[in-house]
Amino acid sequence: MRFAVVQFPGSNCDQDCVHALRVLGQEPRIVWHQETAIHPDEGVILPGGFSYGDYLRCGAIARFSPIMQAVKAAAERGQVVVGICNGFQILCEAGLLPGALTRNEGLHFRCETTFLRVENPASRFTSHYITGQTLGIPIAHGEGCYRAEPSVLQALEANQQILFRYCDAEGRVTREANPNGSSLNIAGIRNVRGNVLGMMPHPERCCEAEMGGTDGRGILLGAAGIGRPI
Amino acid sequence: MKPKEFALSLGLTEEEYGRIQKGLGREPNENELGMFSVMWSEHCSYKNTRRELKKFPTTGPAVLVKAGEENAGVVDAGDGLALAFKIESHNHPSAVEPFQGAATGVGGILRDIFTMGARPVAFMDSLRFGRPEAKGEAGKRTRSLIKGVVEGISHYGNCVGVPTVGGELVLDPAYEGNPLVNVFCLGTLRHDQIRRGAAKGVGNPVFYVGAKTGRDGLAGAAFASRDLTEESKADRPAVQVGDPFVGKLLFEACLELYARPDLVVGVQDMGAAGLTCSTCETASRGGSGIEIELDKVPQRETGMTPYETLLSESQERMLIIVHKGREKELKEIFARWGLDAAEIGHVTETGRVVVKQSGKVVADVPARLLADDAPVYERGAKVPAKLAERQKLDLKKILPAKPRVKEDLLKLARSPATGSRRWIWNQYDHMVGLRTVVRPGGDAAVLRIEKPGGGWVHVAMTLDGNGRWCAQDPREGSKALVAEACRNLACAGAVPLGLTDNLNYGNPHDPEIFWQLREGVEGMAEACRAFDLPVTGGNVSLYNQSPAGPIHPTPVVGVVGKVEEGVKLVSGVFGPGGGVILLLGKSESGGLGASLYLQEVHGQIAGRPAAADLESEKKLHRLMRSVLKESGIRAAHDVGEGGILWALAEMTFGPESAGAEADFPHGSGERAEEVLFGEGGGRILLEVDEAAVANIERLAKEAGVGCRLIGKTGGRTLRVKCAGEDVSWEVEELRGMFEGSLPRALES
Repeated sequence: MRFAVVQFPGSNCDQDCVHALRVLGQEPRIVWHQETAIHPDEGVILPGGFSYGDYLRCGAIARFSPIMQAVKAAAERGQVVVGICNGFQILCEAGLLPGALTRNEGLHFRCETTFLRVENPASRFTSHYITGQTLGIPIAHGEGCYRAEPSVLQALEANQQILFRYCDAEGRVTREANPNGSSLNIAGIRNVRGNVLGMMPHPERCCEAEMGGTDGRGILLGAAGIGRPI
Repeated sequence: MKPKEFALSLGLTEEEYGRIQKGLGREPNENELGMFSVMWSEHCSYKNTRRELKKFPTTGPAVLVKAGEENAGVVDAGDGLALAFKIESHNHPSAVEPFQGAATGVGGILRDIFTMGARPVAFMDSLRFGRPEAKGEAGKRTRSLIKGVVEGISHYGNCVGVPTVGGELVLDPAYEGNPLVNVFCLGTLRHDQIRRGAAKGVGNPVFYVGAKTGRDGLAGAAFASRDLTEESKADRPAVQVGDPFVGKLLFEACLELYARPDLVVGVQDMGAAGLTCSTCETASRGGSGIEIELDKVPQRETGMTPYETLLSESQERMLIIVHKGREKELKEIFARWGLDAAEIGHVTETGRVVVKQSGKVVADVPARLLADDAPVYERGAKVPAKLAERQKLDLKKILPAKPRVKEDLLKLARSPATGSRRWIWNQYDHMVGLRTVVRPGGDAAVLRIEKPGGGWVHVAMTLDGNGRWCAQDPREGSKALVAEACRNLACAGAVPLGLTDNLNYGNPHDPEIFWQLREGVEGMAEACRAFDLPVTGGNVSLYNQSPAGPIHPTPVVGVVGKVEEGVKLVSGVFGPGGGVILLLGKSESGGLGASLYLQEVHGQIAGRPAAADLESEKKLHRLMRSVLKESGIRAAHDVGEGGILWALAEMTFGPESAGAEADFPHGSGERAEEVLFGEGGGRILLEVDEAAVANIERLAKEAGVGCRLIGKTGGRTLRVKCAGEDVSWEVEELRGMFEGSLPRALES
């Protein structure tokens, strides 16, 4: 499987995703927002940034772009789609994932390494980890507060769609460890079918020791369908 | 209004008006006077400082583009890699409109860098404000300025996807009425990608690309060349409004354009003085002329006069000259990025900038007269009358009979002046781009940069300034801050390659201010020569004064260096314990003159800063770089403001850092406070494995640098013995104060 990394005007983590995938032995393709095709053997990454300047609402304009019709169709065919940061916002706006990302509780943009608790290893995106494992992965966003109707939150829990929650260094899911006020400390979720992942933290920023850690590798490898090394 | 009256109302002098008349051979019209008023402002012409700036060393084997030649200097980083970097101020705009002022400062410096052909990869910011914890209106205003500026930088920098990796924040009442916002940007490129801002080739088309022109930022450069007054608020229209989204598209489009072989002739950003500056500078550099038609300039407002169009400082615009016949390629690239690209004129052989509107000539000026022939002034300089008095230091009158070291350190730790800047840099994306190897919060930021042929070069950078030192002794203070910047780089194993400076001073017509500036330049120049460090460009910001008076003389330097092969980067904070603490450099402190300690703990700015011993500094830096190639080095931190005790305390503030115990020897008659809080003296603290000590001592001896074992790391307390004092603190308590002081002050 090959990844298509979508480039919207204002995307700024597209090259970072390409670099991280190369470090992991992948050779991704950059896809411009006006293109209309995602190949059947491709997975999609919607990278972070400020697509279309994030005017109106984060991700609200990107969902109307030509490439997003192709991304939706790919998701419906069961192809892998990963939205990171602004990409997660776009997936919610496009209806590929439930809920919405709103302004951080503290109102400030926050860039720092957060700890994530792995909640459900029975997903391709978490197959490299064990339940309760703590990962150190950076965030960098101003609008990452996950919100959804109570019934949606219940469904997310019931279907084991919550893959990552913000926690402290010891893995405790606490209010203090929640950097943006997200409901249920949600940092990342998948769709019911299990082929679409949206997360605010940036796994591509921690795939090399020199960048401060390698905890993000497993997420991208899992998305690529590469199994856990024994 | 008669032309002469109009000229005077724009801030031109009678003498300058005469010079314009003579240069043109006729009476200038209003449009032309507007153009001269901005091009001959201090901001664009350096008319008050040009003679002084010539004192800087500007050449060296690593210099590829010299200071003053182009928008930014460029240095060689080896293996075909070049670095473009520059610092610029946005002080006045930030004072009246902090969010937009700071944001457009970031946008402006960004354009300077990508104009050179470089991909921008890092920002740093040097910020100075009054005290946020001050009572009443002053404190309230300062808090809102700090929040606005940080948010503005965060807004622009984060959106364009260039990480903000370092900088400094200084809180001092001297900046209450006139904050300083200096922004630095670094870009990377191959040697063969360097772009020039010259208009050449008669008949080549001149393009305007980027955002549309509006009435914002009218004559901002002239606004920045006046004192700030109560009425400055009325100058809000002189503050530009930035759109980082367009900024990002613009640099991606430009970089794509540059990559096409033999397409671009010259590029110049439209920053200060907008269309006026970009046309006359490119024509002057190219030894050519330019003719433009204002009707073709994309405008977002209707009915703009030629005067307004020529002087607008609307953001995110560039002037690009391409080879004739290649117009279509440029248009296609900009259309793909959704940006305007309008052919507004062409290159001529006349040597003149000719501006037409509706077929009529509305301005016709020799490019060189406008760009290069501004008058150069020799300003009077005089030692400030009160300086000698201020330089006196009678410690007996200031210090209590018995040292109160315990309380003193707590006071420092509680002060927002020393507190952690995490509140700020957490709001900046400092990781995007996957280059940030050493994140903000330490002595210097380190980036990895991909070499043209593959593999990485590691580049270290730092911003330093010290207005208090410079107020007490502008020459020694300026020398010391260059030395400190180089020392910061040494702690990251880097050899400095180039320096960019931002000279922030008050009104140069005041001889006492001009003396500060001249002393500062000469001090910096001396230090640069000692470190073989070329000045590659920068910015001068004068008229930094409010009704309350001028700011401290505040030169700020940005130094960029290359990490030496074989260096292993280490942390700036202690590990979990079991290490030995060494002090490299001089064993004595530089005394308490002009120290942060006297200001924060005793409320006084008195005495002279420690003089920098440049020769021993150089030896120390060389030693530090070679030490980092050895094994067993755990942490390194330079001793700066707050002296050795504050440096030691800071090293215990890491999330996993142990406490420490240290014993500081003192000279006879020296007080504990002088040893513990004295600044200067060129010193670095190291934490090393016990097994590494002998090796480092040997290296230090060979290098002729002092090396003293002063303690060990471990436990949860910081304990210090000196001059009969034996004091300890709980690290957790100090760390809590350090982390909390700035956020608390901003919430008060």
